[in-house]
Amino acid sequence: MFDRESLKKLEQEKIRWESTTVKKVTEKTPERYEKFLTGSNLEVNRLYTPLDVQEMDYMRDLGFPGEYPFTRGIQPTMYRGRLWTMRQYAGFGTAEESNKRYKYLLSQGQTGLSVAFDLPTQIGYDSDHPLAQGEVGKVGVAIDSLKDMETLFDEIPLDKVSTSMTINAPAAILLAMYIAVAEKQGVSPDKLSGTIQNDILKEYVARGTYIFPPEPSMRLITDIFEFCSKHVPKWNTISISGYHIREAGATAVQEVAFTLANGIAYVEAAIKAGLDVDEFAPRLSFFFNAHNDLLEEVAKFRAARRLWAKIMKERFKAKNPKSMMLRFHTQTAGSTLTAQQPDNNIVRVTIQALAAVLGGTQSLHTNSRDEALALPTEESVRIALRTQQIIAYESGVTETIDPLAGSYYVEHLTNLIEQKAMEYINKIDELGGAPKAIEKGYIQQEIQESAYRYQQEVESGRRIVVGVNKFQIEEEPPKNLLKVDPEVERIQKEKLSQLKATRDNLAVKNALEELTKKAASSDNLMPAIITCVKTYATLGEICDALRRVFGEYKATVSF
Amino acid sequence: MELVEGILKKDKRSAARLITLIEREDPKAVDALKKLYKYTGNSYIIGITGPPGAGKSSLVNELAKRMRAKGKTVGIIAVDPTSPFTGGALLGDRIRMQDLTLDPGIFIRSMASRGSLGGIAKATYDAINVLDAFGMDYIIVETVGVGQTEIDIVKVADTVVVVLVPGLGDDVQAIKAGIMEIADIFAVNKADREGADKLVTEIEMMLDLSQKEFLMRPPIIKTVATTGAGVDELEAKLNEHLNFILKEGLLAQRRKVKARENFMELIKFEIGKRIFQEKGQIIETLIDEIFEKNTDPYTAMEKLLQTIIKGES
Amino acid sequence: MQEGQTIRVLIAKPGLDGHDRGAKVIARALRDAGMEVIYTGLRQTPEQIVEAAIQEDVDVIGLSILSGAHNVLFPRVMELLKERGVDDILVIGGGVIPHEDIPYLKECGIAEIFTPGTPISQIIDFIKNNVKK
Repeated sequence: MFDRESLKKLEQEKIRWESTTVKKVTEKTPERYEKFLTGSNLEVNRLYTPLDVQEMDYMRDLGFPGEYPFTRGIQPTMYRGRLWTMRQYAGFGTAEESNKRYKYLLSQGQTGLSVAFDLPTQIGYDSDHPLAQGEVGKVGVAIDSLKDMETLFDEIPLDKVSTSMTINAPAAILLAMYIAVAEKQGVSPDKLSGTIQNDILKEYVARGTYIFPPEPSMRLITDIFEFCSKHVPKWNTISISGYHIREAGATAVQEVAFTLANGIAYVEAAIKAGLDVDEFAPRLSFFFNAHNDLLEEVAKFRAARRLWAKIMKERFKAKNPKSMMLRFHTQTAGSTLTAQQPDNNIVRVTIQALAAVLGGTQSLHTNSRDEALALPTEESVRIALRTQQIIAYESGVTETIDPLAGSYYVEHLTNLIEQKAMEYINKIDELGGAPKAIEKGYIQQEIQESAYRYQQEVESGRRIVVGVNKFQIEEEPPKNLLKVDPEVERIQKEKLSQLKATRDNLAVKNALEELTKKAASSDNLMPAIITCVKTYATLGEICDALRRVFGEYKATVSF
Repeated sequence: MELVEGILKKDKRSAARLITLIEREDPKAVDALKKLYKYTGNSYIIGITGPPGAGKSSLVNELAKRMRAKGKTVGIIAVDPTSPFTGGALLGDRIRMQDLTLDPGIFIRSMASRGSLGGIAKATYDAINVLDAFGMDYIIVETVGVGQTEIDIVKVADTVVVVLVPGLGDDVQAIKAGIMEIADIFAVNKADREGADKLVTEIEMMLDLSQKEFLMRPPIIKTVATTGAGVDELEAKLNEHLNFILKEGLLAQRRKVKARENFMELIKFEIGKRIFQEKGQIIETLIDEIFEKNTDPYTAMEKLLQTIIKGES
Repeated sequence: MQEGQTIRVLIAKPGLDGHDRGAKVIARALRDAGMEVIYTGLRQTPEQIVEAAIQEDVDVIGLSILSGAHNVLFPRVMELLKERGVDDILVIGGGVIPHEDIPYLKECGIAEIFTPGTPISQIIDFIKNNVKK
């Protein structure tokens, strides 16, 4: 991109500048630190010039939006055509309450639904399970059976909204329920659009809501891939998630590396199951975190996009450009929210959301200011949504595509993150791929090291968190936090026993037995699961039917 | 004596507390151990050792479940290294034994190796006696084996299981480092991994080449602790080994060796402690003299012995 | 507790949430402060936590929870300790815990609740100054 002659000249000029203009100043007032670092501990130079990107080849490394290697974005017109989907993750208490919140959000201009489930649902326990005690309806909505799912989407036309469901281990069951609800609304599966998270590998690494061991879990995932490619073609069958890996303490580089390594594992599993790469790869989607270091985050998104495109094209020989496109949802970083001076979180979220938009996200969740304290109130959720709307309609960053491209710093960081992530992926390949690296505890240990280092930096004051280790004030404890009614658990249990008393229990028993049989075979499990949910078998019962064959995963890696 | 009574009545809290007192070198612990000693000698003590990441805790978990299924009670002592820099330790073995926590016939104690040079701390030996007196049928002592610890486990166990896994890279080296000599049984864990058969062959070869005369050639069992595969066989081999050493009178022989080893340790420990307590100043002076080259260590030692024998100070 | 004795701590995650970043960072920090830290992993019931604490004869139990089930699970731990006659273990808690829940938890016997952003040095000092044995 630059001719040799002018680069040479520039290099000389830079040395001159450093030894004269800069030196004069630094002699009097030294810089604040000896070494400057990004939020993820990459070293940052004083100044970036064409010298730092001299190897760059525009067409090879950046290209045009909507074309390989998709560095500048996956759509030809990006936000000039359509803004990203504003999708606030919500759900709590009973299906009735959550349904009300969804209708409110839709009326406020939100364009997609994002369902949070409570932990018992995520781990495949009904609300009356002993381990569910105290957890029912807490971090999301409690779903025990198709009945609850019908209530959750009551009066919400499923052919008109796209729904994202944060569900992993029992993803197949919740998807089956969604399909069944749609059918009752008269909507056929091919009209449905949305996403299930369905990313079990990161559960073992970072999030902890696993049920079955890795092998049968991967089989459930590939069964979903296959089923949806035939019957629910508009559905995103997986959302390969770096979000939780980052929340667990990973750096930006690790987030990219470990997420894409997991992605590689899913693609390999699907190919091994006999699927053609271009058949399922276009429905893979990703989910990333947006942190505070604005420019590093933008570079991260661009690097991830380019790296995935290369992996799909070169490693998996994908032919369809859609298979090479890294489409992603972003959520702002929950771990950066502080309980101290919570209104400051609005500013943090703004910076993070801006990073996601400048990085070309397809959808975005902005956290609410009070989430370090409790579940967000309606007012906080509204401010978070308004933050997205202000970026979309007032900031101007949406009017051109990938506006930070060509910044020497951003391009340099993009290259650096891609290169370092690739080094990790090579290392993971050496260990036998992501599942093996997880089994050996390698990925977990790398994340823990980063988390611990970050904490030590905060403790020592090298890293400043406003309001936490600097600029603290005496403050009144916050009021008006959202509380989940403890009654939810009782109500949910009551509904459950009523259901069990009124449904056709023989049909349930037969459907569950059939599922257990199928689980022991190599047949696709989706049809049998759909049959089960339609008999109003509960989530816990269905999971138990699978547990009988699959067993349960036990964490073995500690530190 | 409350603690002793508690332990004899199978009160877990008493046992737990006594182990703490042992770890703290509290004089009360010695009183209790004196009273408990006559109740020991009834447990079958199994040592399980191997490199970090070999899956020892998962294997212990599976073994204990099988022993419980037969109505036997099991005490488990999991020893992990103390950080030499901070004196702290992370003890994570319980993660893999969650199933056992609420079982009334199980007692699990995580111990840090603390300052003990011998690897298996003196405290571990005493803790075994506590669980023995408590009435556990089996006591499993799990240690992270690198170097000395592996050898040391011989001093406390009736049967030693060495756990190895394929693909750690240092398998053969680890065997050379002395495990060979102490293993009564080998477990090749994670045997569903590539390289398991190769590892078995390597161990067989080592055994063939060994100078040691085996009374019972150590069997090699392939296990997968996470699924439980091979664990039944491992348990069977353990019982086989126990029966063998009982029949041949080897158990008594082993235990006498152990009694000697442990008493010798105790002598070294207590006498050393006494001497430092009483002759600390003289020792410091002698060290200075050695350092200044005013004397040599051998003469200094003789001088020290003189003061001890004569009772001078 | 006497000067120089090693403090033993059980770090436990009651409830179903899998966010153990905080628990693990704390575990390591306490280790680096010279303590022996027993970590029992995810999804521990109050019964399991109390039994492990007794067998390990710890000086401190640190409970970490982010799911919002603290008002049910923390008091249950205290209740079980009481049933077993244990009154010499210092119990502390941490996680996403609303300020207004803290008085109730303290009433139940939790010695202190540390919310996000608490410097670990503060937690270490609190433990050192308050262990009961």
